[in-house]
Amino acid sequence: MSTKVVYEPTKGLTDSPLSYCPGCTHGIIHKLVGEVLEEQNLIGESIGVASVGCSVMSYEFFNCDMQQAPHGRAPAVATGIKRVKPNHTVFTYQGDGDLASIGMAEVIHAAHRSENITIIFVNNAIYGMTGGQMAPTTLIGQKTTTSPRGRSLDQGMPLRIVEMLATIPGATYLERVSVHDPKHIIKAKKAIHKAFEVQTNKQGFSLIEFISTCPIGWGMTPNDSLEWAKNTMIPYYPLGVYKDTREEREPWIKE
Amino acid sequence: MAKVLMKGNEAMALAAIKGGCDAFFGYPITPQNELPEYLSYHMQEHGKIFVQAESEVAAINMVYGAAGAGARVLTSSSSPGIALKQEGISYMAGSELPAVIINVMRGGPGLGSIQPSQADYNQVTRGGGNGDYHLLAYAPESIQEAVDIIKDAFRVADKYRNPVMVAIDGLIGQMMEPVDLDKPIDLDLQSKPWAADGHGAKRGKNNKILSLFLDTKDLETHNLKLKVKYDQMVSEEQRYELVQTDDAELVIVAYGSMARIARSAIAMARQKGYRVGMLRPITLWPYPVQGFEALASNVTHLLTAEMSLGQMHQDVLIANEGQRQTHWFGRTGGVVPSADELFDVIENIILKGGVA
Amino acid sequence: MDQRIIVAGFGGQGVMLLGQVLSYTATALDLHTVWIPSYGPETRGGTANCSVIISDTPIHSPLVEYPNILLALNEPSLRKFENKVTPGGVIITNSSLIKDHVFRDDVTVIEIPANDMALGLENLKTVNMIMLGAFMTQSTFLSEEAIHKTLEKTFSGAKAALLPLNQQALAMGYEHARSHA
Ligand SMILES: Cc1ncc(C[n+]2csc(CCOP(=O)(O)OP(=O)(O)O)c2C)c(N)n1
Ligand code: SF4
Repeated sequence: MSTKVVYEPTKGLTDSPLSYCPGCTHGIIHKLVGEVLEEQNLIGESIGVASVGCSVMSYEFFNCDMQQAPHGRAPAVATGIKRVKPNHTVFTYQGDGDLASIGMAEVIHAAHRSENITIIFVNNAIYGMTGGQMAPTTLIGQKTTTSPRGRSLDQGMPLRIVEMLATIPGATYLERVSVHDPKHIIKAKKAIHKAFEVQTNKQGFSLIEFISTCPIGWGMTPNDSLEWAKNTMIPYYPLGVYKDTREEREPWIKE
Repeated sequence: MAKVLMKGNEAMALAAIKGGCDAFFGYPITPQNELPEYLSYHMQEHGKIFVQAESEVAAINMVYGAAGAGARVLTSSSSPGIALKQEGISYMAGSELPAVIINVMRGGPGLGSIQPSQADYNQVTRGGGNGDYHLLAYAPESIQEAVDIIKDAFRVADKYRNPVMVAIDGLIGQMMEPVDLDKPIDLDLQSKPWAADGHGAKRGKNNKILSLFLDTKDLETHNLKLKVKYDQMVSEEQRYELVQTDDAELVIVAYGSMARIARSAIAMARQKGYRVGMLRPITLWPYPVQGFEALASNVTHLLTAEMSLGQMHQDVLIANEGQRQTHWFGRTGGVVPSADELFDVIENIILKGGVA
Repeated sequence: MDQRIIVAGFGGQGVMLLGQVLSYTATALDLHTVWIPSYGPETRGGTANCSVIISDTPIHSPLVEYPNILLALNEPSLRKFENKVTPGGVIITNSSLIKDHVFRDDVTVIEIPANDMALGLENLKTVNMIMLGAFMTQSTFLSEEAIHKTLEKTFSGAKAALLPLNQQALAMGYEHARSHA
């Protein structure tokens, strides 16, 4: 009997079982980042920064050195690391509560300084870890535990992060991708590849935003969540490259 | 009135509404989330304000703004979030603004755990903000006591024009107990002639909310004025409960959930004939030194019991002034000790320590 | 004597609600009670438990370290808490999901095939009410009438249609536990 390897786990991730709920796309995004780390030979030299959210334990999952940051501060922590270790790959993995709410100042200023780091930004339109509260990215009318009647306008229009960061001169590469089906997963991986290349070429700040699901927080089955991401989130958060100034950007970091 | 069964976090939220809270500003964090979640639904029904801020730093500054404009304001958080609020709390104390801050404590330091803890004792009683200031700090042991304190906390904050903190551990936030929310209170709503509420024309003078005094003498005068308030709190606001101390030889000093556990341990000790009682601080600042003074001479041993590593014990040592033999017991990191564990400590002291 | 109860099972089995129904009923009867949920990472692995104390005197420590009644809705829960039950206590198990029996011989064991019975009612969500029915055969403080009043409140408004089914589940659990005791 011959066996065929259909799925080989990436060396970019450790053996620890992921702690995400069934059907949560955090897991897919982890796998993609792990694969890119492996394919670009970055595993042994990278330093990752885990944030505060469901991915807080990502320091157990990425197979490289990791540091865990206070809520929202990952881009600042990554700045500190990168400035003293400029020849190592430094990335953060952050949710939308972490990055778009409490950590807004840090991400804007990391982009503003064009820190040569890569940010993996997971937008699931909710706070998963703390039990489903409203996030800055929560859609109008979406019910959460702190918008029990559905998000209303006086709670703000959902924030579009890559569009906003695109206005910052220091941001080099910004793309929004989704992982709701295999076709988009392939595209998402390409985006991660590009982002890490930007960093390796010392071209400055790169961020990839992922449309992600939270079946638990949304109160949906995993399948319905994928549908909701596709049919409800993506129309508000269109996919695509929002900034690409690689051509214009000279490697600027002094050796 | 009949009691209703409520979760601690929700009961405290409702208590704040009953205490005249006009506005809530906060940011999600476990184990206090049910409190803002409750208010996100119910403040609107009462025509009151609920805002989920973008961070704890923003939330406390929203509190600072709304309090400066004369409103009764609440924020709640848990340990790491309270750490972020320290700047705003210092500003409020310096600008003499009333507000109520609920801290549902969890394990630390850093991100720690989300399980119940009392390891913020120093943060609560000493604060992490800059300058010579104090907060009135309460530490209830049950949902009923938390509710009663919070309903009245806005009045106390207004009276002193100073922030009030209510520190409970995650256990009281998460559990459900029957609670009577309808005990009558005196809201004592006074006008706030000092508030920067936009009525300068009517008032005939401008109000300014600030904590900046560039002239050192002015700043010292301001600090001395604050000190008069703090001295008044120390003499008038100390609260504590003495439990079976009349004949006690050993008195446990414990607050919050730890005090509940101590009550069970005391019952076990009493069954064995050990004369054990408890001094239960209800205010952590001012620390109830008066309770120590009220203990009779039969009390020869004090046993601090806390869900932290000796933080309150420092205050016990200060209050004791070397008079009685002192002992310490604590667990931390979100570990809640059992009554059995505390009983063993008591028995050990009694069998070894010469308590007759 | 106080009833010190642990209810444990998978998330989604209605464990928390079961415990709350006990505490709501105790509150309505003006008894002392406290309900504590497990929370945080503990619940992530898919297990859920809560503890309930019911007493006619004030409750000191709200924690239940040694229950005198355990309601185990699945096997891991039984194994986790079995040895903590005080001698002479009661263990009620959902025998549909438990292969190995209770090992203790100093406690009363009530086995109730709650999942099978719930399937009979064509609604797996009634497992907790079947277990509640079994508990009622052991209740010191709570009357049947009071439990029914709590259920009427729990299943009201949008959930009112579910009341008869849950009442039926409760009655079935009670009958089964009584006739197999
Ligand atoms: C200073 C501070 N405030 C609040 C929290 C509580 N907290 C933990 S995770 C989280 C939000 C996470 O949401 P998000 O970033 O969207 O990630 P997700 O869980 O959805 O993946 C919050 C508010 C904290 N740990 N520290
Ligand atoms: S709570 Fe939501 S975001 Fe967090 S692991 Fe579960 S599904 Fe994923």
